[in-house]
Amino acid sequence: MQPEEVDAARDAALAAIAAATDLDDLKRVRTEHAGDRSPLALANREIGALPPQARKEAGQRVGQARGAVNQALAARQEVLDAEQAERILVEETVDVTLTTDRVPAGARHPITTGSELIADIFVAMGWEVAEGPVIEAEWLNFDALNLGPDHPARTMQDTFWTASPDGAGVESGVVLRTHTSPVQARTMLTRTPPIYVVCPGRVFRTDEYDATHSPMFHQVEGLAIDEGISMAHLKGTLDHFASQLFGEGITTRFRPSYFPFTEPSAEVDLRCFVCKGEDAATCRTCRGEGWIEWGGCGVVNPRVLTACGVDADRYTGFAFGMGIDRTLMFRHGLSDLRALFEGDIRFTTAFGTEL
Amino acid sequence: MKAPLSWIKEYVDLPAEVTTEQLTDRLTDLGLKLEAIHSAADGITGPLVVGKVLTMDPEPQKNGKTINWCTVDVGDANGTGEPQGIVCGAHNFAPGDLVVVILPGGVLPGNFEISARKTYGHLSAGMICSARELGLGEDHDGIIVLPADAGAPGTDAFDVLGLREEVIEFEINPDRAYGLSLRGIAREAALGFDGTTYRDPALRATPAADAAGYPVVVDDAAGCPVFVARTVTGFDPAALTPAWLAERITHAGMRPISLAVDITNYVMLETGRPIHGYDLDKLQGTIRVRRASEGERMTTLDGAERTLSAEDLVVTDDSGIIGLGGVMGGETTEMSDVTTNILVEAAHWDATSMFRTGKRHKISSEAGKRNERGVDPTICEAAADRVVELLVELGGGTVAPGVTVVGTPPAAPSVRIDYDLPARISGIAIDSETVVADLQAIGASVDADADGITVTPPPWRPDITDPFDLVEEVVRIVGYDQVPSVLPREAAGRGLTRPQRLRRRIGRTLAGAGCVEVVSFPFVGPASFDALGLPADDVRRKTVLLANPLSAEEPAYTTTLLPGVLKAAARNIGRGAPGVALFETGTVAFPVDRGPAPIYGVDRRPDVAELDKLYEALPRQPLHLAVVLAGERERAGWWGSGREAGWSDAIGLVRRLGEELGVTVEPRRAVLMPWHPGRCAELTVGEVVLGHAGELHPQVCAGLGLPARSAALEIDLDQLMDLATVVVPGPSFSSFPVAKEDVALVVDADVPSASVEAALREGAGDLLESVRLFDVYTGEQIGEGRKSLAFALRFRATDRTLTEGEAGAARDAAVARAAEVVGAVQR
Repeated sequence: MQPEEVDAARDAALAAIAAATDLDDLKRVRTEHAGDRSPLALANREIGALPPQARKEAGQRVGQARGAVNQALAARQEVLDAEQAERILVEETVDVTLTTDRVPAGARHPITTGSELIADIFVAMGWEVAEGPVIEAEWLNFDALNLGPDHPARTMQDTFWTASPDGAGVESGVVLRTHTSPVQARTMLTRTPPIYVVCPGRVFRTDEYDATHSPMFHQVEGLAIDEGISMAHLKGTLDHFASQLFGEGITTRFRPSYFPFTEPSAEVDLRCFVCKGEDAATCRTCRGEGWIEWGGCGVVNPRVLTACGVDADRYTGFAFGMGIDRTLMFRHGLSDLRALFEGDIRFTTAFGTEL
Repeated sequence: MKAPLSWIKEYVDLPAEVTTEQLTDRLTDLGLKLEAIHSAADGITGPLVVGKVLTMDPEPQKNGKTINWCTVDVGDANGTGEPQGIVCGAHNFAPGDLVVVILPGGVLPGNFEISARKTYGHLSAGMICSARELGLGEDHDGIIVLPADAGAPGTDAFDVLGLREEVIEFEINPDRAYGLSLRGIAREAALGFDGTTYRDPALRATPAADAAGYPVVVDDAAGCPVFVARTVTGFDPAALTPAWLAERITHAGMRPISLAVDITNYVMLETGRPIHGYDLDKLQGTIRVRRASEGERMTTLDGAERTLSAEDLVVTDDSGIIGLGGVMGGETTEMSDVTTNILVEAAHWDATSMFRTGKRHKISSEAGKRNERGVDPTICEAAADRVVELLVELGGGTVAPGVTVVGTPPAAPSVRIDYDLPARISGIAIDSETVVADLQAIGASVDADADGITVTPPPWRPDITDPFDLVEEVVRIVGYDQVPSVLPREAAGRGLTRPQRLRRRIGRTLAGAGCVEVVSFPFVGPASFDALGLPADDVRRKTVLLANPLSAEEPAYTTTLLPGVLKAAARNIGRGAPGVALFETGTVAFPVDRGPAPIYGVDRRPDVAELDKLYEALPRQPLHLAVVLAGERERAGWWGSGREAGWSDAIGLVRRLGEELGVTVEPRRAVLMPWHPGRCAELTVGEVVLGHAGELHPQVCAGLGLPARSAALEIDLDQLMDLATVVVPGPSFSSFPVAKEDVALVVDADVPSASVEAALREGAGDLLESVRLFDVYTGEQIGEGRKSLAFALRFRATDRTLTEGEAGAARDAAVARAAEVVGAVQR
């Protein structure tokens, strides 16, 4: 092959490579211009037959030409590979707004997560969470808490009594607990002070079911028994509880009240966390009061300490209690208590798995 | 307790600038909680004016009634000064009388709008009002005839009728029974404002007891420590209750009945001391107070015949029982509309006895309410004297000679406290002088010495028995708002208990699996169990029964959470949810039949044996978990079709919880309602049965309105949590390559896959890393009554790369064992 022919074959190859538009095209070009039967391959084979002087010169020429072609092939291959990869990615584009709700979301009940939230506030203060049975001994639900059989306050609590297993006429001595206070009694009976426990749980009263009453509801009570405990510690604890649950600066106030298990006793009001008492007149949460009735509290009656085996000369204590359902109602602006017990998934899923 | 403001002010001179709100705020701070402030004119909108009846023409009607066509002078109140024409049905007035007229445009209670309207052939422009129409009492028989000096025609009648009166309603706590009287409320009001004068309405000079009084014998001085009797003769039974008295007791929430009864009620409201009046002429011989004999009978003045208990206190005369002492009078000696001679009883009764009798006979009366909470025992004579005074003054009676006083008021026990107790308990710095002064302010007599204070509570405070009661008295006067806010010392708590943490974990796991938590009432009845198809002898039908259920259909505390979750699922499906997965955790109850739980005293801690007896009498109350999966479990979408919930979802959830808690849960075929007999598993951990899961019986689904093939589970969570791994041992594993071997084994259709898997594991030896069923095939190639199970086996050694030969040998050994144990044939 003449030197001009080699150069022409090389140039034709390079032109074809540059003109290849896709990988298939390039494959064809590779066979045609760099394959076994391509002009440059044939020229290479002819070299062996040349005289030594011409062989060297031709060898160099053909070798350089083939090198240039292979290099161009590789470079083009890389470009076309990249182009194809790019094209595939474009082709694989999806509609990211398509639905993804193959398995619907679950949720935990706000009474559960609300109770946990409250428990965690107290656990963070070093308190513990105490529990007890829902069907409870009458003695623990009433007598041990200074609610004797003839105590007028006993009629204030509309109690579900269990029928006696022995049949009619005999009182069973067993009730559906009307408050979580028997858990406090159980705690005092089994532990020695200092005691700092919070008792969330389910309680029952014979109330007809309506938007604000339910025969079953939930309470959280707290009990602290230690040396030197006073109403000031009660106030400090409830203020802290209020601010943790309703926001910084939300405090409580006390009003005199009566509970058999505490003396002195107080109603505890929560500073309205919506209007903060500043714009109460138009506030829908506190209805113009600036305060929300939250629960009851007081200094544990020494008679209760004695019945539960706590040395009333050495220790004093405080106790408090409030409704969890009611707290959730005003915290979340619920108007009908029954939504909590209806089991409609649209209600519960709105609260997610943590409060 | 409802107290008209003017009545309170009769006994206390409040500073002029004190508003009603300030008064009620102060009283609330002191412990008399404001319930509401009512206006006597609630529901009435004027024009309401004094009218003078000019003419009155009776017109008989076809219906037998006679109406009066009246013209009434209402001054300029009607805008014209002309007489107003009004039709009136009542007849208890005459021309010249002053009456109360509401003119067109006015509104009466009950949103009764007054307009001029045609009636009985006249245009009646307004209404002449009765007390009941104005909400002032029940008397509908006649319209109100005002005194002649009530005011000129056209005068606004709100003031004339006392309708501007504010009535304060208090919520009285059981320890403040003295607040059930104007005497007590006024005393608290005086306490609330420094320097105010208080006049005790029960403080009056009374005639001394003498032998001429009506004969009274008290056999039970503990039940009736004081009995005072006075007599009034010549009382005019026709005398009307004056408007001021009727208004006051009406405002206080009681109904005017007759003058004599109204007076006893008035004095009760005034002093807090319930009074009973007898028709003296019906009494026979000596009055005697004693306990009833068991089974004795009497008829109380409400007409009810009552069978008495030996604990009931009764008042008797020679005729027999004439009253249920302190609770309700008897029918035979009741005052009537012809009674002229009256015996007034003011007696002090034992509060506990009153409470028991009231509860036993289900009598709730104004007298009983006060007697059972405790009344001042020292004011019987004063209260009786006040009644006598009013009977004479308003009913024209004469005080008969003789004053009977039997017994003496029990002395209030004194209470000893340390000077610093109020400060220690309240956390407020309260000095000794303040403690003494505040205790004196509530009426206690205080004997202060160097070591402490001996306090004798005032007689109207029977609730004060303990040192802490005195603390509350001091602190409420110092002010609850003075209590500082201090956190207690830090306690070294142990955090949540393990079951508390595990319960949270279980709830989150279920929510993560798409389940929504519900909270249901635990009340069930036979129908709830019928809906589950439970057989008659099913243990779940043996329930703890309630003595006083809200609904007779649901008298029991449940033994299973399924009724609640299934009902909630059906509700969601009924409201259009395409699918629902619900869970509930809660305690259920199984009766223990150990007899009644004991009631102990409270003067000491019960001992360990006593407490055990108490705890053992309670029903067994394990914590359960129930889940229902109904309808769509996975939704259809652009990814393909959805999936309905089924038996395996329910079983899978329990196994999932097991994994979460480090417990291997094994299902076993079982038959139990409400599950499908062929699609129910009992879930076991070793020999412990946690509960059941699977597809619900088709009849149960149909009966409850649930989609076909809905699935459910119920397990005992206490047991699962008990089995949970406490400390997970750290796992070790090999990093040499895995050798995979798949085998397809044909077995009889009723061989559980778990048995085949167990045989494979056993045969495969130590090199086996895992075995997992990946396909089940039935069909002609396998043969009738047979199935093919395909398992993926993974082998790995801890110290080397396995050769093909080693893995193959282990596989063959596994298959051989399966052939031996369950008759498996490799395909």
